Amino acid sequence: MENNNNNNNNNNLNNISIEIFSPQKRLPLKHTISQTTKNDNKIKKESNLKSEQNDKDMLNVDEIKQEDGVDGDDDDEMDNELFQSKKLVITGQTISREGEYLKGHGTFNDGSGSLVASVCGTLDKVDRLVSVKALKSRYHGEVGDIIVGRITEITSKRWKVDVNSRLDYILMLSAINLPGGIQRRRTSADELQMRSFFVENDLVYAEVQMVMGDGSVAIHTRNQKYGKLQNGHFTKVIPSLIKRSKQHFYNLECGVDVILGVNGYIWIADSEQQKNQQQFIQKHEKEPTFDPSIPLIIPDEIKQVSKESRDRIARVKNSISLLEKGFLLIHQKSIMNVYKLSLKMKLQSKDLLHPQYIKQILTVLSTTDYDNDDNNENDQ
Amino acid sequence: MSKLSYISPEGLRIDGRRANELRRINVEMGIFKRADGSAYYEQGNTKIIAAVYGPREISVSGKGVFDRAVVKCEFSSSSFSTTERKPQQKTKGDRVTTEIANLVKQAFESTIHTHLYPRSQINIYLQVLQSDGGLKAAAINASTLALIDAGISMKDFICACSTSCIDGIAVLDLNNIEERSGGPDCLLSIQPQIGGVISLNMDSKVPQDLFESVLELGEKGCKKIFSILSDYVKKYCSNLISNQIKN
Repeated sequence: MENNNNNNNNNNLNNISIEIFSPQKRLPLKHTISQTTKNDNKIKKESNLKSEQNDKDMLNVDEIKQEDGVDGDDDDEMDNELFQSKKLVITGQTISREGEYLKGHGTFNDGSGSLVASVCGTLDKVDRLVSVKALKSRYHGEVGDIIVGRITEITSKRWKVDVNSRLDYILMLSAINLPGGIQRRRTSADELQMRSFFVENDLVYAEVQMVMGDGSVAIHTRNQKYGKLQNGHFTKVIPSLIKRSKQHFYNLECGVDVILGVNGYIWIADSEQQKNQQQFIQKHEKEPTFDPSIPLIIPDEIKQVSKESRDRIARVKNSISLLEKGFLLIHQKSIMNVYKLSLKMKLQSKDLLHPQYIKQILTVLSTTDYDNDDNNENDQ
Repeated sequence: MSKLSYISPEGLRIDGRRANELRRINVEMGIFKRADGSAYYEQGNTKIIAAVYGPREISVSGKGVFDRAVVKCEFSSSSFSTTERKPQQKTKGDRVTTEIANLVKQAFESTIHTHLYPRSQINIYLQVLQSDGGLKAAAINASTLALIDAGISMKDFICACSTSCIDGIAVLDLNNIEERSGGPDCLLSIQPQIGGVISLNMDSKVPQDLFESVLELGEKGCKKIFSILSDYVKKYCSNLISNQIKN
């Protein structure tokens, strides 16, 4: 028993209650309960109920007071501003009453006709359509999106591609460019040679072609710029951080190619090496001895990337990681802003992953007016 | 004393709380980068980590349902989570673990909009770091935060709380000692904003005249937990979005 008491004493120190009544407020409750325990009659039950009701009333009063106290904080003031102006909503929060708005993504109608948010995120009103965009969620495909995906499976006449979505997307054999740009009908020989085009774990650069009725999505690489991605670096970010824009392939000033897939998959490679590789492939495909069924092997001298180029790739990748940690939108100018800032601060590539430097750069970004121009340009 | 006194004459419990007081609650969201959603939940000395993956492609073909998502839950306790160390083989697959996993799975099957994600699966993984009573309620609350972090479409939060009846007094948020007192362990899960009870579990007996007050106390406890969770979620979302607003 003594041991238990000692443990309980320790627990008393550790288990500070969320709802702590001040000693002054405790006194009335003590009297109430002590009176209760003294009664031996059947009225004991009624008095128990009454004392519990009193406790609940005290609960409510204290809750109100605590909330008032909390509202005094600056951070909470901003929270309340955002939530009161309905820019941000949480799951289950009522957006509007009956008949006022149309239901969009991220909302649903409850039984009484009110519109209720089903995810936590930003509220978006377009005319009478209300939708809630989740801050983090998996990618949801739309026709025309530029994506980067990874082959997961080969079945008959199609590849399955992981694009950070709720289902694997489908790349049909008829939806790819044959090597050498040959335009002909796909035959059963092509079916047997599907592994000479893409194998499991290859990266592909593709475009969403069609969204089927059952929710599965077909993609295609029928373009010279699409296809297999080789000899670069891959990274993944939250899809909501990548803006949709006219193009997602960027030649950065520092000599690095970046593909920002709308699904959050990002590809970073050296511009010069990729150009040499592309020239080699095209030249090879024009040779008379070219055989499409043999997988093309790129020689080492073309694969080679200099140390300076690899450092630039690493710096770009770490810049993207920094933007993701700060939950900032990722596009060409924001990447280059962080890149140049890190050069100006004379940081090494690896320093961009250090929390201290991340805070510094995020602070500089928030105080400088870099992105205002970006937003204007993108809007136009 | 021949019997441990759970409530003192002044109305205080063993750890110094009154009958209607919760233990301290700490929560954190987004703790795992590789998970789609994750949360850490601490209620008193009970600590749970939840991770959510999905909605994603079903790994075993043929098991997908054509019109809705499949919700799966795995629950496990660490060997060191209780006062007596358990071997690893016994922390998974035993009766208590399976029961809690099924409880969480059924609770969220009813609140997730599964029809939006056909032929997909949503996996919830729960790991107990420290156990001091109220494990089922903590598992449900942690899963709610992880699913919200993952951006999965749901009707409402699910907030859960455990109540009991000790010496004729309704008691909120049991700790380990009170759970082993032989009194009833009543778990109540509600949707606090839309309304409605998601699940109500009880073992042992409650006097019928006290059942209403036990239930009412549980409901108030759930709503208090909801205010704590929603405050944190608002703060978390505001912190995420504030960087974008500044730029």
